Amino acid sequence: MNLTLYVWRQKNASDKGKMERYDARDISSHMSFLEMLDVVNEDLTEKGIEPIAFDHDCREGICGMCSLMINGIAHGPEPGTTVCQLHMRHFKDGDSIYIEPWRARAFPVIKDLIVDRSAFERIQHAGGFISINTGGAPDANALPIAKKKADLAMDAAACIGCGACVASCPNASAMLFVSAKVTQFANLPQGRIEAAERVQKMVAQMDLEGFGNCTNHYECEAVCPKEINIRFIGQMNREFMKAKTGLG
Amino acid sequence: MTLDAKIPSGPLAEKWEKHKFEMKLVNPANKRKYSIIVVGSGLAGGSAAASLAELGYNVMCFCYQDSPRRAHSIAAQGGINASKNYQNDGDSTYRLFYDTIKGGDFRSREANVYRLAEVSANIIDQCVAQGVPFAREYGGLLDNRSFGGAQVSRTFYARGQTGQQLLLGAYSALCRQIGKGQVKMFNRAEMLDLVVVDGRTCGIVVRDMINGKVSSYAADAVVLATGGYSNVFYLSTMAKGCNVTAAYRAYKKGALFANPCYTQIHPTCIPVSGDYQSKLTLMSESLRNDGRIWVPKSADDKRAPGDIPEGDRDYYLERKYPSFGNLAPRDISSRSAKEACDEGRGVGETGLGVYLDFADAIGRLGENVIRERYGNLFHMYEKITGENPYKAPMRIYPALHYTMGGLWVDYNLESNLPGLFVLGEANFSDHGANRLGASALMQGLADGYFVAPYTMGNWLARAGVSEVKADHAEFKKAETDVTGRTKKLLAINGKRTVDSFHRELGLIMWENCGMARNEAGLKKALEQIPKLREEFWQNVLVPGENEELNQSLERAGRVADYLEFGEVVCQDALTRTESCGGHFREESQTKEGEAMRDDKHFTHVSAWEFKGVGKAPELHKEQLKFENVELATRSYK
Ligand SMILES: Cc1cc2nc3c(=O)[nH]c(=O)nc-3n(C[C@H](O)[C@H](O)[C@H](O)COP(=O)(O)OP(=O)(O)OC[C@H]3O[C@@H](n4cnc5c(N)ncnc54)[C@H](O)[C@@H]3O)c2cc1C
Ligand code: FES
Repeated sequence: MNLTLYVWRQKNASDKGKMERYDARDISSHMSFLEMLDVVNEDLTEKGIEPIAFDHDCREGICGMCSLMINGIAHGPEPGTTVCQLHMRHFKDGDSIYIEPWRARAFPVIKDLIVDRSAFERIQHAGGFISINTGGAPDANALPIAKKKADLAMDAAACIGCGACVASCPNASAMLFVSAKVTQFANLPQGRIEAAERVQKMVAQMDLEGFGNCTNHYECEAVCPKEINIRFIGQMNREFMKAKTGLG
Repeated sequence: MTLDAKIPSGPLAEKWEKHKFEMKLVNPANKRKYSIIVVGSGLAGGSAAASLAELGYNVMCFCYQDSPRRAHSIAAQGGINASKNYQNDGDSTYRLFYDTIKGGDFRSREANVYRLAEVSANIIDQCVAQGVPFAREYGGLLDNRSFGGAQVSRTFYARGQTGQQLLLGAYSALCRQIGKGQVKMFNRAEMLDLVVVDGRTCGIVVRDMINGKVSSYAADAVVLATGGYSNVFYLSTMAKGCNVTAAYRAYKKGALFANPCYTQIHPTCIPVSGDYQSKLTLMSESLRNDGRIWVPKSADDKRAPGDIPEGDRDYYLERKYPSFGNLAPRDISSRSAKEACDEGRGVGETGLGVYLDFADAIGRLGENVIRERYGNLFHMYEKITGENPYKAPMRIYPALHYTMGGLWVDYNLESNLPGLFVLGEANFSDHGANRLGASALMQGLADGYFVAPYTMGNWLARAGVSEVKADHAEFKKAETDVTGRTKKLLAINGKRTVDSFHRELGLIMWENCGMARNEAGLKKALEQIPKLREEFWQNVLVPGENEELNQSLERAGRVADYLEFGEVVCQDALTRTESCGGHFREESQTKEGEAMRDDKHFTHVSAWEFKGVGKAPELHKEQLKFENVELATRSYK
């Protein structure tokens, strides 16, 4: 199939940036979206045009590196799918496709489609852990955990930290991301010990980074490639209230 | 050069305890005087950086992604082994040790492997304490599954995302140390050289991938935990950015590269669908617990899988290896798939595929149970192929997946360059000629949490604080070399893209140094690779500049290294005329087509020394001594 691409090009953080039009020819429906961009990039390189920069690494939907807005939807039209796992069979001959970077104040553009997500890192540094050192842990089975709780923790822990939630939210809120980490630990007995401190520190850092607040648009859940559940934000809010009121 | 593995004396089971006691310690108040560079933030690097920082050392950690949490360990699906014997099915430290030695086709060091088995149980404890949500039984205790090459259930898992969860555990420990200022983290930073002064490793040279700035970092020790080199084959299950660059540049500075020809081809990956293919996707080995592998009995049978009756199917692994069946080790399963396809019985459009069928398991357990166990893998398969594996069998084919070879290290995980430690997939240490499933995660975390923190102290206590700082002439020289190389790549301005060279190299490697190797093919590859390299340096087209984020330039540097390193792999494969584990030499097989070792001539580690680009490297041998297990023919029948 043949496609017309409109792609955000921006030389560096200080450049203004603009959309450019490119043709993608002879695209196979078996290709992944990123393979389609590879083909376009090979073509641009040979023509002496600088290829489009985009983040990617594992190309199997788990590292969280890939991050494209496709026709206004974070990670594109397929639900529960990262863009590296999106395949061209979901597009048809003659389509026009608009490709842009994540847009949020806390995620400045570095180049073309690549953004700086280090704000997420700093939120994790603030409290995304259980404070134990290597060595001295008790036997793993000394602490039975109800399967339901463990499964819920796993549901939350599945977050890949890609930032699609922020990119899709009209408030550029990072609450789905933060709540996933908070919920994972809050549901495990090991994590309860620091639960109150953790939620406060992570939320404080999140605010400091310039992310907005949740006003229940549900856009984050809709685009999340790992289908992280919005009720985790509810749990985070409860944890936060408990911590603030000293009831935790 | 004599290679001293520094294996402690005494009975196997007491070596590590004894060694821990004998090693020198750094007094707690003195630890802050030392700084350590850790390159890599995967399971090995992340766990090492966090654990070393917890001890009080000043750590600098580097990774090429935008976050340490994105290291390729994140992609591991199936699980991690540990000899907990929670299932009461006869597991023990000794059994895990024996399975690993046998699985590696008797080409690994007894002492290292025993230590690995010994600390495996601690890893699970550590991870649970960090909040890693392993799968659990209804009673609240941990669940296990089985993996290839073992007859006990010792694999711990977190759905189909075990690597992700273990890495997030190590990452959380790392974040805690970054927050405290004990680890300084450098993201989007690529190590491009190692600096050695007067025989001691002093630091590294790094390119900032955002602005192209080249800088030097000095420390009292350097840890490389930079992962495997499967991408020398272009198509593999590795991430696009995985590279041999860090390890290879250390090799060029004198570190020995051990057993580079030991590469693992994983039997269950999604088959190649076209020339544009950029990587291959693994379907976890755990699927073989419930999936049955088959091809039609007859080469002419082109019916849809559902229309082929039982009697016309060949469940070839169950037939050939009745006691291990679909859980035969990876090398054996991969070769069997290749044989079936070579006989024309392969399935799918390309004929390069076999079926992995869940119909029986779904009938026996119900679709829900299968969904619970493998839901995300089935989902991934459907996304990539557009086919529903609950309804029709998956099609799979072997692909490059793991590299057992790596930089040579002694028992302390220290290379032949003093002060350079190598952990995780980047070293060669524990898996011999073939790695068992779920053992790489175990090894990476064993190295990082439980081995390096001890052996590092011993090195620092003996060597003392290094006098060499980052303004030393050797650092300046290395910076000049790195910058010169970058300029050269950008100046060629030829006609072919970096990827086109990489693909061509990959094909040469896959055809001649892939699942089956022979003298003629390897010699051919050794002629083709230098020619391709020469063309690369005359005709590659690298657009853009150095002083900006430039992905073509990053790739060009890595491919340039692969174009040299590929030769080392083929040289090693050519020299080792026996078959063992993942290294199958067609000249060395039994009548039934099984790999035939040559213990008389090859019970050694081949460690290669760099002698110049285009010059044959020099071979050094470390004899392997087996004092506890008897060298046997590996049988999974
Ligand atoms: C798809 C897949 C599934 C797997 N499943 C399993 C499984 O179920 N069980 C199991 O035991 N094993 C599994 N493995 C193998 C296992 O995941 C890896 O061997 C292991 O995770 C490697 O860990 P590592 O820390 O050594 O390297 P990696 O996790 O690859 O980390 C390498 C690190 O080095 C950094 N780096 C690399 N080069 C440079 C450079 N030049 N400069 C700066 N930084 C650099 C990277 O940024 C990264 O942080 C799987 C592997 C794959 C590919
Ligand atoms: S590239 Fe890793 S999730 Fe897409």
